[in-house]
Amino acid sequence: MLTVENTLKWLELFDAKIQAEKDYLSELDTPIGDGDHGNNMSRGLLAVHDALTKQQPTDVQGILKTTAMMLISKVGGASGPLYGTAFLEMAKLSSTTLEVGPLLAAGLEGIQKRGHAQVGEKTLIDVWAPVVKAVEDGTLDVAAIEAAVESTKDMQATKGRASYVGERSIGHVDPGAASSGYLFTTMLMAGVLS
Amino acid sequence: MKKIMNDPSQIVTEMVQGLVRSYPDQLKQIPGTEAVMKIADLKHRPQVGIVSGGGSGHEPTHAGFVGDGMLTAAVCGQVFTSPTPDQIYEAIKAADAGRGVFLVIKNYSGDVMNFEMAKDMAAMDDIDVRSIVVDDDIAVENSTYTQGRRGVAGTIFVHKILGAYARQGAGIEAIEELAHQITPNIKTIGVALSGATVPEVGKPGFELAPDEIEYGVGIHGEPGYRREKLQDSKHLATELVGKLKEAHHMTAGEHFAVMVNGLGATPLMEQYVFMNDVLDLLAAENVEVDFTKVGNYMTSLDMAGVSLTIMKLIEPGWVAKLDEPVTTIGW
Repeated sequence: MLTVENTLKWLELFDAKIQAEKDYLSELDTPIGDGDHGNNMSRGLLAVHDALTKQQPTDVQGILKTTAMMLISKVGGASGPLYGTAFLEMAKLSSTTLEVGPLLAAGLEGIQKRGHAQVGEKTLIDVWAPVVKAVEDGTLDVAAIEAAVESTKDMQATKGRASYVGERSIGHVDPGAASSGYLFTTMLMAGVLS
Repeated sequence: MKKIMNDPSQIVTEMVQGLVRSYPDQLKQIPGTEAVMKIADLKHRPQVGIVSGGGSGHEPTHAGFVGDGMLTAAVCGQVFTSPTPDQIYEAIKAADAGRGVFLVIKNYSGDVMNFEMAKDMAAMDDIDVRSIVVDDDIAVENSTYTQGRRGVAGTIFVHKILGAYARQGAGIEAIEELAHQITPNIKTIGVALSGATVPEVGKPGFELAPDEIEYGVGIHGEPGYRREKLQDSKHLATELVGKLKEAHHMTAGEHFAVMVNGLGATPLMEQYVFMNDVLDLLAAENVEVDFTKVGNYMTSLDMAGVSLTIMKLIEPGWVAKLDEPVTTIGW
């Protein structure tokens, strides 16, 4: 269940992980995209950090909403609207429930609606969908997250900029899937599920 | 990497400031954004606002096409990254003179999503916002297995024609109909001689051998359809004209507008040589070229190469709209 403490902890850990892996994420984005995913996410998470420090929201909904607005307004590209929409949908539902399963499911639904993509198209959905299922089944662990990220390697992209590379996208991990992997491993580290 | 800059993360902010300070009689910055707007009394002679935008690094696109007779406002995103919905929303509000706002979006997943979100935001303010997604790059096959064709240099023809009709007083429905009429008639294809270096990344997005070229490269360095050894301009022109001829099902007697666009690091001298060859090839097809334009309009930072845009002029009125004078810094 999300609380003010563990949600803030989660976002703090996610920010730190993104900053640490910024260059790696941009490297992943170079062969199949335009090499800026790490920079864009880094800029967005810095803004999230600053806004949360400044506004000090006192409830989970406020935290999720601030995060959504910062990601929407600072990340740009496709990742901004996708991550932003996910957090916005989670924020909306958080007035009804703070259970992680339904919240992540709402986030996933938002991503699918905004990006018009499905499972298997080599996008962040290929991490979000199995994670949502594993949370529901009570089986989510780091290995499951890493396996989901890794699964995008053998897929051929049919959405987003990587789709222009066609078959040549096979063999590369999707950068959005990798950053989503960090989102969920830091979620586990923050103790959100325990 | 050698670039004239300060902090690479501030490059867009500083570029926009430099731009509006260079042309204070023509352009102003929309407060709190990196969007640029024309200096004009919108209420005095209200027009449908035409707004475009996209990632930076394609200068003079799009801010250079803001002015009387073309765009009302342009939103500058980070380098090769779509602008964010809040910024697009501010530009829509600023461009609205009560007759609605028309958005010209290039077909990239990020641009489409961010502009759609901004459109949703503006709809809540009761602004009539409509849009077109431009997808003129024929290097990419339009299929369910890709994002679809990308929007590239041909977008500038859309800006020009819609801007001219908006200035003349056309309503939003007419502008929307026209946008859907002209866009399928615009087709572009490019050839790259070298890759582009994003300032924050510091190295080229792709590398070509010193004697190698790549056909069909996108304006963000998206891979093209074929690499080969560099040959003369006539050979390059034959390849690109051939692709466009096929895409247009070109037949003798038809009328066209032609633009040779430099991708950033190719001298105008080479672009004129290339256009000379293009015009020879088109003359051999017995088609009429009613409008020509050569220069750096939709660049890709420091990429070397050119793109060729050919627009079929199915309506006799379009060429007059392309010819009309405008007060922009880029056209």
